[in-house]
Amino acid sequence: MEQELKEKIESLIKSEKVFLFMKGTPEMPQCGFSAGVVSTLKQQGIPFGSFNVLSDMKVREGIKEYTNWPTIPQLYIDGEFVGGHDITVQMAQSGELKKKVS
Amino acid sequence: MTIPEIQKKIEEGLPGCKVEILDPYRDGVHIKAVVTYNGFNGKGLIEQHRMVYATLKEELKEEIHALALETRSE
Repeated sequence: MEQELKEKIESLIKSEKVFLFMKGTPEMPQCGFSAGVVSTLKQQGIPFGSFNVLSDMKVREGIKEYTNWPTIPQLYIDGEFVGGHDITVQMAQSGELKKKVS
Repeated sequence: MTIPEIQKKIEEGLPGCKVEILDPYRDGVHIKAVVTYNGFNGKGLIEQHRMVYATLKEELKEEIHALALETRSE
């Protein structure tokens, strides 16, 4: 992966405590799974930053390679990959997500 | 890619696993795979999902639009 792209991804991940790579924006998600993670975070009262991968093809492909995870959305907490839609929802249900953020 | 094909790929990639495919909207597109596999024992959720994704590496690039996953160890 190009160094420039890697640095861009890393600076995004570290720009907020909780950061989401998603399709669309929190106001207007463009995929059901992205919408699901946004509503989960909102329900839990967790503030987050986000990046719309549909706006940047390089980041869209790069983030999959960077994390070795083939799908988007992808959630990061404290710079660490937490999971996709299913893991996020499961962790919210068990209370683990809130614990990780606090 | 059909649901039986997806099921077969996962079963071949994770020998001895049990796969149940759910198609809640009956559209064959937004599907959910529930995978039970003893090889998941002792592994975190991220690693478990990665193992399933690895069996569908090529398909996830293009053909599979939306696959929800639930993984369980035996």
